[in-house]
Amino acid sequence: MASTIAQLSAVPLSVQSVGKSYGKLNVLDDVSLGVEAGELVCLLGPSGCGKTTLLRIIAGLEKQDAGRLILGIKDISRAHPQERDYGILFQSYALFPNLTIAQNIGYGLSTRNLLHTQIRERVEEMLELVGLKALAGKYPGQLSGGQQQRVGLARALAPSPSLLLLDEPMSALDAKVREHLRHELRALQRKLGITTVMVTHDQDEAMVMADRIAVMNQGRIEQFDTPENIYRSPTTPFVANFIGHANWLEYQSLSDGQAHLGSLTLQLDKAPIGGPGRLFCRPEALRVDHQAQQSNSVPARVIEKLFLGNRYRLTVELEQLRGQHLVAEISADLNAVQLNGDRVWLTFPPHCLRAFPGGGQ
Amino acid sequence: MTSMRFPQSPRMQPQPKTNSSIAARLDLLFTSGVKLVMVIFLAVGLALPLIAMLSKVTDVQNGIAGVWQMLSSSRFLWLLSNSIKVSLSTVAIVIPAAYIFAYALQRSWIPGKTLLRSISLLPLMAPSMLSAIALIYLFGNQGLLKSWFPDGIYGFSGIVLGQAFYNFPMALMILISALGLADARLYDASVSMGANHWKTFLNVTWPSTRYAVFAASCLVFTQTVTNFGIPVVIGGDYQVLAMEAYKSVVGQQKFSEGALIGSILLVPALVSFAVDAWMRGLRGGQVSSQAAAYVAPANPVRDSILLLAAGTVALALLSLVVVAVGASLINFWPYDLSLSLRHYDFENSGDIGWLAYRNSLLLASMTAVIGTPVIFTCAYLMEKTRSGWLDNLLRLLCMLPMAVPGLVMGLGYVFFFNHPDNPLNGMYGGIALMIVCCMMRFLTPAQMTATTALRQLNEEIEYASLSLKVPLISTYRRVTLPICLPALLEVFRYLFVSSMTSVSALIFLYSPDTVLAAVAVLNLDDAGNIGAAAALSSLILLTSALVSLALYVLTHGLLRHTQHWRTGHA
Repeated sequence: MASTIAQLSAVPLSVQSVGKSYGKLNVLDDVSLGVEAGELVCLLGPSGCGKTTLLRIIAGLEKQDAGRLILGIKDISRAHPQERDYGILFQSYALFPNLTIAQNIGYGLSTRNLLHTQIRERVEEMLELVGLKALAGKYPGQLSGGQQQRVGLARALAPSPSLLLLDEPMSALDAKVREHLRHELRALQRKLGITTVMVTHDQDEAMVMADRIAVMNQGRIEQFDTPENIYRSPTTPFVANFIGHANWLEYQSLSDGQAHLGSLTLQLDKAPIGGPGRLFCRPEALRVDHQAQQSNSVPARVIEKLFLGNRYRLTVELEQLRGQHLVAEISADLNAVQLNGDRVWLTFPPHCLRAFPGGGQ
Repeated sequence: MTSMRFPQSPRMQPQPKTNSSIAARLDLLFTSGVKLVMVIFLAVGLALPLIAMLSKVTDVQNGIAGVWQMLSSSRFLWLLSNSIKVSLSTVAIVIPAAYIFAYALQRSWIPGKTLLRSISLLPLMAPSMLSAIALIYLFGNQGLLKSWFPDGIYGFSGIVLGQAFYNFPMALMILISALGLADARLYDASVSMGANHWKTFLNVTWPSTRYAVFAASCLVFTQTVTNFGIPVVIGGDYQVLAMEAYKSVVGQQKFSEGALIGSILLVPALVSFAVDAWMRGLRGGQVSSQAAAYVAPANPVRDSILLLAAGTVALALLSLVVVAVGASLINFWPYDLSLSLRHYDFENSGDIGWLAYRNSLLLASMTAVIGTPVIFTCAYLMEKTRSGWLDNLLRLLCMLPMAVPGLVMGLGYVFFFNHPDNPLNGMYGGIALMIVCCMMRFLTPAQMTATTALRQLNEEIEYASLSLKVPLISTYRRVTLPICLPALLEVFRYLFVSSMTSVSALIFLYSPDTVLAAVAVLNLDDAGNIGAAAALSSLILLTSALVSLALYVLTHGLLRHTQHWRTGHA
């Protein structure tokens, strides 16, 4: 399949039951992932979860012990990195310091059967694409971090690969630049429609940029879904904890859609049957009022109140469950200000409560 | 859903990409192929000669009993104790002097550091015998300052002083780099707790440098115990083991005896090698990546003392060089002190001088020209690519030269290449084998220089090259080598100067046509022609110094020229 510079067709990537271990350490355990054509998928997880290893296996820089990789219609499981059709942007960008920006971008074109003029045209196109035309003759050391990142991206995209891999692309940048470049990178990826896999440990980054997020933990994919679903309906306690803030309440048993927590009973929308387990709820899903609501309202005492600008973060203690602290986030408008140190009613909207059976983490 | 507005140039026709599996195959050939060649090269040039020497020990008459008889003879014990005494005394002189010198260079604000450092490198630029020759001119039977050594310079004191001169720069380099690594936070903490200079030194500086002191001591001990050039020139009746090994093979053709002593001399080298490796492990992570660079505060009293001490050492080193060079230019020491180039007229002194000098130039140039790319590429592949078991084997073989003294390597070459059944026998006595020998001898330090430079490069450069489907060898040529050019030149300089001045292994390998300058120095001295020996030593010194200077200028010009892209990068 001779994909060409002019015609770029998006292809899907399929990771099938990939396993990898270093000695006794299981780094990846039966990982499967389907990336659709033109989609941006984020591999998100804490350090050591295997996300970087997975990316390196896709890139062919690391060999998997088991499993297959299919890019488009081609099985690349055993292919040498040079036989795989991808471009990669490294964490450090790995620009060649002794070559100019133009030479860096044209580097991957030099071994293809292209005329000099064709290479020059392509480099011009790429420079224009990333808006660095004026810097063509400069060296990487003379550029800012953000500019270097764009050069790295242009270099990876110049040979028109079918797959773009991004390895923590923002981690070397200041917070401010980072915010801006997220949107830029995402816009560029959308414009090109190139299938993309990105590794990050920054959940905000993943939320903003990804079509779908694969949350990884200890060599497994815990959940693979859209950012909204990952946030609202985490399928495992790990995902619930890792993304955003989480409140946890231990319950002794579940019956008739109700969770029993000591003397407390809370109504759930969807509830498995059985006991014991933990209830999960996002801080902003909790309602804080002066009066009890129709259901699931519990008296509580405000212990701490943090002002975060647009909202307050309250730490509250349930009166019926002493020692049980919960975090609630409420809008910082005027009626909320009056909650000072008072007794409040905490309401758990049933659709926001999720039960995770089992005692452990 | 996703728009496809990828920028297009209408004139560009669909182009097939190059067959990327060609690049993959080229890479395999480059990495595994070169590594395999290196393994074979090291096996033939190092491992097999070493094995040949060790197996020669079994030729001793009466087997183990014979070996025991030889080892327990009073002559052997006398040689052994002499060797140990000389080596320990050399360590005791060199290490404190080098420590103070290094301390002055790294931890003070004294003026003239470049000058001091340059002077300290002089001993490496000449064959080891230069110091012994200078000592004879100064304190020998016809010496100017003969009265300083009423018992005579020939013997123990001469050997020790000569060895101290020759070993000083090697110890200094280790200590300079150790004292260069300092964490300012520890010093701030020490000072803030009210510790004085001495206490800070004991609690901060010493613990962080004591490993280097030990490593330097081991190196000096090993170098001294295996060096025979200095004892041959100035030892007189005071004999040491290294000299005995040399004489039994070269003079008396007692090969198995030479092999036995060679094997024994391998012991301190192996021990210090093992200790060094162990300490490297211990030292790992001692200076953390967050360490702030330490800059010594100004302190006029400390600096005055250090300047005086370092100046004295430098003066002593310089004066030996000046005496040797000066004496070579004097008509007839000490009776006719008029200037003359008489000693440089080697035609009259056995007709070997200029031939030897030309041979040495050829050997040094060829070793540097061939050795630099070979060793650098080997270091590159070992650092940046993976080939499984080949890597481990190669790593082991590459560390071996450090553990094998030149004398032992030379003996190994005699036993291996001079063996009538060896198909490579024809190489014996030729310049090609000497080049191989020099590359082996100086491989490890050269490779370490290369590795240090390579480690400063971004480790993702090779991955970037892979992802761009560019063969590794192209990236090596277009990116890695240009960045590492200063290190490349340093390797070149090291190989050139070391080959120019080396005696220990090469003395076993030459034939009348391929005699070398440093070897000729020893022979001229042996023949009683000390003036010509001094002249030839001075010539070697001058050549090494000029080549080093030229490469220094070249490196600095290069760094200035490439400043625009080196900013912000290592």
